[in-house]
Amino acid sequence: MLSADAVTKTFGSGAGRVIAVEHVTLQLRAGARLGLVGPSGSGKSTLAQIMALLLAPDDGVVSVDGTRVAVCGVRCDRELRHRVQLVWQSPRMAVDPRLRVGDAIVEPLAASGLLPAGRAERRALIAAWAARVGLTQDLVERFPHEVSEGQLQRACLARALIVNPRYLICDELSSMLDVSTQAALLEVIAAAQDERELGVMLITHDRTLASAWCEQTVDISDLPADRDITAVSGASATARSGALGRQVCGRPQRSMQP
Amino acid sequence: MTALLDVDELSVGFRTRAGTVQALSRASVTVAPGELLLVVGESGSGKTVLAHSLLRLLPRNVDVSGSIRLGGEDVLALKPDALRRMRGRRMALIPQSPASSLNPVRKLGGQLLEAAQARGLTEHDARRRLRELLAELGLDLDFISGRYVHQLSGGMQQRIVNTMALVGDPDIVIADEPTSGLDSDLVDTTATQLREISARGASLLVITHDLRLAQRLGGRLALLYASRIVEVGPTAAFFKAPAHPYGRELLRALPEREGKSIPGLSPELTALPDHCAFADRCPDRFDRCTEAVPDLYPAADGVLARCFAHAER
Repeated sequence: MLSADAVTKTFGSGAGRVIAVEHVTLQLRAGARLGLVGPSGSGKSTLAQIMALLLAPDDGVVSVDGTRVAVCGVRCDRELRHRVQLVWQSPRMAVDPRLRVGDAIVEPLAASGLLPAGRAERRALIAAWAARVGLTQDLVERFPHEVSEGQLQRACLARALIVNPRYLICDELSSMLDVSTQAALLEVIAAAQDERELGVMLITHDRTLASAWCEQTVDISDLPADRDITAVSGASATARSGALGRQVCGRPQRSMQP
Repeated sequence: MTALLDVDELSVGFRTRAGTVQALSRASVTVAPGELLLVVGESGSGKTVLAHSLLRLLPRNVDVSGSIRLGGEDVLALKPDALRRMRGRRMALIPQSPASSLNPVRKLGGQLLEAAQARGLTEHDARRRLRELLAELGLDLDFISGRYVHQLSGGMQQRIVNTMALVGDPDIVIADEPTSGLDSDLVDTTATQLREISARGASLLVITHDLRLAQRLGGRLALLYASRIVEVGPTAAFFKAPAHPYGRELLRALPEREGKSIPGLSPELTALPDHCAFADRCPDRFDRCTEAVPDLYPAADGVLARCFAHAER
């Protein structure tokens, strides 16, 4: 189980201080499909980064399969980081523009010293993952700017799955993509879930998508503070967040959401 | 009814080192006064290029053929002065990415005012009009004025550029992905606002990949695939029974329907096949599909589809 327990995260200080996530408790079980919805500015992306062990909460605890996460980001234990993977909203901003698409797919392995040494083996590995996400050999040899947004997101999904995570967090995986590419990405995730117990948290503002694909959908802003929502099959969640997202004007807004 | 906007056989190709990228191939669409036309397609299908061609916002390395007429006037032949007068006052664009189309180092008040004054409003009228338009979208001019674009959420940025497009009371508004990045409540607000633009009598050309937005807006729909219009007809008819296999497969991919993806990838625009571009992915392909590019054939009442399946009728 990947769990965030009463996590809070604020940015800035003084008058410009914003509470992005306030006292949120959320659990994702291996094998489950949890949808997380909420208006823009409600702290979904911040929570995603906290649960993906990339951002340390100011307060509260994140744990992976019972192991409490002490440090986040690059200093976090590699094995732990591999267990939780994040697919970002914008693939263009999430890949190194200097790497070919195929090299971007195997980048996590290269960074962890797990990449096969032989050239042929590497090529075969890239080809296998490219095929899984529906990319052609021609495309993996190109640079990110030479492929479409949807093709690049397919590569990003392969990059997240290549380290065999137990939990996958998708932050607006497909909000910029056409429905067919969206369906293709979700089919790849579903296939990965068929293979092994993979817990998926789908963060989206598309409630129709969340309710169609996920077993349970949680709204980050509507949930009452002190009541447990019993899970249909897997996840249970209690969440509360600041009123920032719903506030249209008057007070300083969260400004980090693109 | 005579068309306000008449695009005839418009082709746009970008000359690049990798060869010509054919972004639009002989696209013809018309928009009557007050009419709503949706241009739907996946990214890379030529939607944005169509919007930019209409306003002549294309870079220099393009080859354009065909014609664009706005109220009978040849847009492609407009001199710079006339072009400037046309933009914003007769044809306005709601750009795709609000964050990158607003100046990051100027406060928004000045930018809004400048946009309004460029449309010929006096400062007093401009402020009044901006205040009204922003209030309709739940924003306060005074709150906005002292801020920079990065201090607003994506949804608020979108509403700023919507306001800028409307302030000149244009005859036709072109909205390029007006809801991308917005949450569902703001999509509703934007949809309502777009319908209001249309109700005011302005024509509206909405470019989107969001099928649900399209369904909600209604009007007429043109479906683009790999630089070609493959189906055009009433939006309601499209959602009931798409005439082109691509449209049919696209609707099946909606998560609330089957969530079934279309196998394969769309063709590269540098190497468009000289037959039906969808043939490789089409479940109903037959011999002729890989021999020639189909024309637009009448498929149903008021519906044209670029598919040989309708050629024999």
